Amino acid sequence: MTDTPIRIVLAKIGFDGHDRGLRMVARILRDAGFEVIYLGLRQTTENVVAVVEQEDADAVGLSMHNAQHLTLAPKMVKSLRSAGLDVPVILGGVVPDQDIAPLLEAGVAVILGPGTSAEDVVRSVREAVTSRS
Amino acid sequence: MKRDSSTPVELFDAAITGHRHAIGRLLSLVEQGGASADAVSALTHEKSGAAMVIGITGPPGSGKSSLLSQLLKEVVAAGFRPAVIAVDPSSPLTGGAILGDRVRIDATDTATFIRSIATRGHSGGLALAVPGAVRVLDAVGFNPIIIETVGVGQVEVDVTASADTTIVVANPGTGDAVQANKAGLLEVADIFVVNKSDLPGSDDARRDLELMLDLSHMTGQEDSTGRRPPIIMANSLEGSGAAELWAAVVEHGEHLVATNQLSARRAKRQLAELRSRVSDALMDALDSELASKHGADIVVALSDRRITPTEASSQIISRVIRTDERPARPRGPQV
Ligand code: B12
Ligand SMILES: Nc1nc2c(ncn2[C@@H]2O[C@H](COP(=O)(O)OP(=O)(O)O)[C@@H](O)[C@H]2O)c(=O)[nH]1
Ligand SMILES: [Mg+2]
Repeated sequence: MTDTPIRIVLAKIGFDGHDRGLRMVARILRDAGFEVIYLGLRQTTENVVAVVEQEDADAVGLSMHNAQHLTLAPKMVKSLRSAGLDVPVILGGVVPDQDIAPLLEAGVAVILGPGTSAEDVVRSVREAVTSRS
Repeated sequence: MKRDSSTPVELFDAAITGHRHAIGRLLSLVEQGGASADAVSALTHEKSGAAMVIGITGPPGSGKSSLLSQLLKEVVAAGFRPAVIAVDPSSPLTGGAILGDRVRIDATDTATFIRSIATRGHSGGLALAVPGAVRVLDAVGFNPIIIETVGVGQVEVDVTASADTTIVVANPGTGDAVQANKAGLLEVADIFVVNKSDLPGSDDARRDLELMLDLSHMTGQEDSTGRRPPIIMANSLEGSGAAELWAAVVEHGEHLVATNQLSARRAKRQLAELRSRVSDALMDALDSELASKHGADIVVALSDRRITPTEASSQIISRVIRTDERPARPRGPQV
């Protein structure tokens, strides 16, 4: 069998209707050969954990524009870890510079802001996944 | 934990206790194909056969996932523990895929097990992966198992048509009835749904389907028991039609049992899978034979007009189909 594609779950958690970025990232990753399990808006951390288990995903990608990242992104990491899932959490969207260090500290693998190029999206996600396996 | 080293046996032991990630891992092994998929099949084959398998197919965007989401509510309310296999196409260029069926499914329903499967391009892959995945979900206790596929492409149609009950979804105003007829969906449908019945033209769509069914009645193409597939009108944004659909699925299941067709259908499904399995193995053996020194020699002999095309193919066939002890897949260069 040839290489199995990387499977990533893409979601927005909480009340945040900005899905343009996430849709764009879904297409970028598909075009780079990823299998994207797209969940879209209004997901919960609990639901994302269930999806990662069912889909046997390699990574979780969150997109956040509602200033809830300091609570929700670490909560996502914690929920995954307590379910025994060592998959990286990649965060994109609007994250002020001063929040980056605490988020990395909390276990978020990479943080990508507005204007990130397609190549950088692909490279960051791939690195986040391969550095763990 | 992701690339964990658990064996199929360990995963299966955890899976039957309801461990979601273990089930997910088993499904990945099935999707990968090869020896690990075989190991999973060996574990699950004997323990499967209890679940009803329901296929939902129809054109892209016809509302299959939305309908499925409404149907799941009925299934769960009736006390069942369903699982879903949602198949979406991989891009033939990049091999990537956007698996978006879950968007339509209520995020709070984490009890229903849903797995998205990309077609992954390789011929016959889906024809083995889906039955293998059904077997895993069945063996660990889910029932019914619902498969969603896009109703284009022979493999996709075949996979859905091999379900116990096949639901074909059409929309108003799109000439879907005619398209369904062309795609061979008419013959495989046990139940029709005109989804998006809130849109104009839904009565016409229903009439078109009735007409097609009248025609197949006249040409004797219908079910040997004379059962005519019901046509259900649904609006999957609101959920209307879902209760009737579930009732029709139950009714069809009872009909299969009462008319002794269930085992015949399942035998057909086993046959289809066996056929894909054997043809995959033969194709692999053929490819390695052609890539071997012996294969190359035959091609040269053929090009030099020293042997005829018929002689060339029988020489290849005699080496691909072995009657001796050698393994079907040659281990290295031969001759
Ligand atoms: C377009 C837009 C909207 C659109 C959204 C349309 C849609 N469906 O997405 C509309 C008009 C609906 C909207 C509404 C609102 N918006 Co607005 N919106 C924007 C705007 C101008 C652009 C966002 C965008 O689409 N960018 C384009 C995409 C491609 O970029 P991106 O999302 O950043 O994604 C890139 C990267 O971040 C990264 N990425 C993103 N996610 C992910 C995920 C992964 C896994 C990876 C690898 C990478 C990645 O890759 C992408 C490509 O480079 C931003 C301003 C800004 N500069 O960001 C404000 C902004 C996000 N909005 C804002 C606000 C406040 C609102 C409203 C609350 C306004 C209001 N008072 O009504 C509402 C809330 C709506 C809601 N329900 O949530 C604020 C948020 C402030 C904050 N977080 O602190 C911003 C930052 C504007 C501002 N400067 O104040 N908005
Ligand atoms: N008007 C209307 N739209 C619907 C209905 N069912 C689904 N849709 C919409 O049709 C689109 C495709 O639905 P989806 O379930 O993803 O279709 P699938 O590709 O067949 O799985 C979505 O925008 C749905 O909201 C319906 O009954 N009525
Ligand atoms: Mg769908």
